[in-house]
Amino acid sequence: MGAGHIDDPSRAFSVLSYGRVSLGFVMAGLLALMAADLGVTVLHPGAELARLLAGVVHPDLLAVGARGVALTVAFAVLGVSGGALAGFALSLVFHRVRFFCAAIRSVHELFWALLLMQVLGPSPAAGLLAIAIPYAGIFAKVFAEMIEEADLAADRVLPAGTGTLSRFAYARAPMLASPIGNYLLYRLECGLRSTLVLGFIGLPTMGFELESYFRQGHYAQAAGFVLVFYALIGSRRLWARVSTLPFLLLVSVMALVWLAPPVTGGSIWTALGRFLGHDIVPSPLRTGGALMPWLWAILRDQALPGLVNTLVVSQLAMIGMAVIALALFPLTAARFTGRIGRPLGRVLLVVIRSTPEYMAAYVLLQLLGPSMLPAVIALAVHNGGVLAFLMGRQADDVALRADAPRGLDLYCWEVVPRLYGQFLAYVLYRWEIIVRESAIFGILGIRTLGFHVDAAIQELHLDVAVVLIVVTGGLSMLIDAGSRALRHRLRLSDRPVRLSATA
Amino acid sequence: MLLTLRNESAGFGGRAVLHGIDLEVREGERLALMGRSGAGKSTLLHLIYGRLADQAALIPQAAALVGTLSVFHNVYMGRLDRHSAWRNLRMLAWPARAELEAVRIVLDGVGLADTLRSRAGALSGGQQQRVSVARALYNGRPVVIGDEPVSALDRQQGGAVLRRMAETHGTMILALHDIGLALDYADRIVMLDAGRIVLDCPAASVRDTDLLPYYGRGSYR
Repeated sequence: MGAGHIDDPSRAFSVLSYGRVSLGFVMAGLLALMAADLGVTVLHPGAELARLLAGVVHPDLLAVGARGVALTVAFAVLGVSGGALAGFALSLVFHRVRFFCAAIRSVHELFWALLLMQVLGPSPAAGLLAIAIPYAGIFAKVFAEMIEEADLAADRVLPAGTGTLSRFAYARAPMLASPIGNYLLYRLECGLRSTLVLGFIGLPTMGFELESYFRQGHYAQAAGFVLVFYALIGSRRLWARVSTLPFLLLVSVMALVWLAPPVTGGSIWTALGRFLGHDIVPSPLRTGGALMPWLWAILRDQALPGLVNTLVVSQLAMIGMAVIALALFPLTAARFTGRIGRPLGRVLLVVIRSTPEYMAAYVLLQLLGPSMLPAVIALAVHNGGVLAFLMGRQADDVALRADAPRGLDLYCWEVVPRLYGQFLAYVLYRWEIIVRESAIFGILGIRTLGFHVDAAIQELHLDVAVVLIVVTGGLSMLIDAGSRALRHRLRLSDRPVRLSATA
Repeated sequence: MLLTLRNESAGFGGRAVLHGIDLEVREGERLALMGRSGAGKSTLLHLIYGRLADQAALIPQAAALVGTLSVFHNVYMGRLDRHSAWRNLRMLAWPARAELEAVRIVLDGVGLADTLRSRAGALSGGQQQRVSVARALYNGRPVVIGDEPVSALDRQQGGAVLRRMAETHGTMILALHDIGLALDYADRIVMLDAGRIVLDCPAASVRDTDLLPYYGRGSYR
């Protein structure tokens, strides 16, 4: 029986395909490099950097208020949990809601927040929904994949006639419980980063104060905030476990009730009615003009240039990410760094991945001035760090023979070839994330799609903003579909490896 | 007649693995399916299980246990279809004393009584295989279909497990590679080669030296 897999010609094919996919990305990166604007526009970047470093060396921890920290955790816990709950429900009927889930997760939480704040004001509800809505889409997809990919060997030997519920409880749920729990806690970490960033646009989290310190150049205070945030993320495994989840939920609800600023202004329903019935209705429909010229002008003057710039930033970031990941992952693998080096490498990569790319881009923009360079660096470093961390763990799981080579030979001959498929899967998965983030960086002034969205919202042209957000979401969905198609082809060729792993 | 196959073909991945299979199995027969690796044994077993699913317990080639659940739960799974979903859910959280005892007795038959509450994923390969056998024994359906059910055990242990299976299940259809075990515990030998049945005879009518040539140059015992 096994012979059918051993001489499977698809293995040879898969090597070819890995190479082609990689080459394709390198070519796209080179193309983007020619179109990119990567200048340093600040006259003396060194001077600002020196002030920043001085602040980092003397962080002012006392500037950090407990209220902001508590609200950050509360927003993250409740937003992510709400998203997970909705996502699990959606995952059970995923084949029917696939497009809906793709649509809600293709819009970045910052865009959701910008829109929701138009309706709800800078209220807790706006922040919670801004996280819960896109996360529900992500959770639904991931849970559905977990259900689909669960090891079905045990399911097949259940006696014929076993009921659906028993089948799920015995042969599926035990396989799913731990991946779902782990994924939920991992997402909580992402939720903390998202919450921090939501503060940058006005919600009452740590990011709100952090942004004002950054803007005024008070780097010591800003560094205090960032350090506390790292501590929060670094200690996540201590306070965020499946067993502490009920307690976290309870405390979060209390924190929001007591600490969040009271909502001012009129009824939510009036605001929602105005938003849906007036604000986002295309202006030609309101004033009796022609719809198509209006739409065409938006697409030609804002969507298209924004789209091109978004792709240029993201393709460059992809290359940067891949290089950084491949160069840094040995830092977290005991096989390469030994017992002493590995913890240090892990700290470095935890710091890199805990830094929200939005915040990193914000700081780099202050240092280097407005161009695509800060965005590319922020995206490449953050995502490269995340990838390196994941791959370092995989590298330690690779079963090597006792006489395996060491050092660079081990890296080039044993580890990278074995991890390359996994590496490409990660890279392809990150593609959509990077495109979404590139679009968002427009809010900071880089002329990607988010720049035009933000400008439209500033001018109170919410109808234009919605068109641009739909274009952005469409781009993410397109990238996601492309990434999935590529991964599907690569995964097919991976199948013999997976089968032997479960046997 | 329990099962009749007439000129059956089967394959996977677009490749035919079995050609023109004619096979009849009576109730109470103990059939050993033999042949080189790649001859089509597992595919034929799969085909047979498809026809007999509601009367058969299956022992797949890989143990197919749920590693995160206890050995008790993995064995109990053999009878999920006999109980209500609610009872099964309750059993997941609080196993009843009577069921625990019943499963312990079955495990005792394969020498694993002391692992009742161990996590199945923590057992060795040979132990996992015996849990997989215990699940089929506990299932208690009249036919057992096994794909190398004792391949990870030594000959004595394997013999004991096969004896235990013969006591519980009236009909056995097993892929076996050990000629000695097959001749001792089966009453009919079916030899496959390159997807065709090349020998089908009572076990009493052949000796091990008659079967060896089918494996080529005595590369097997």
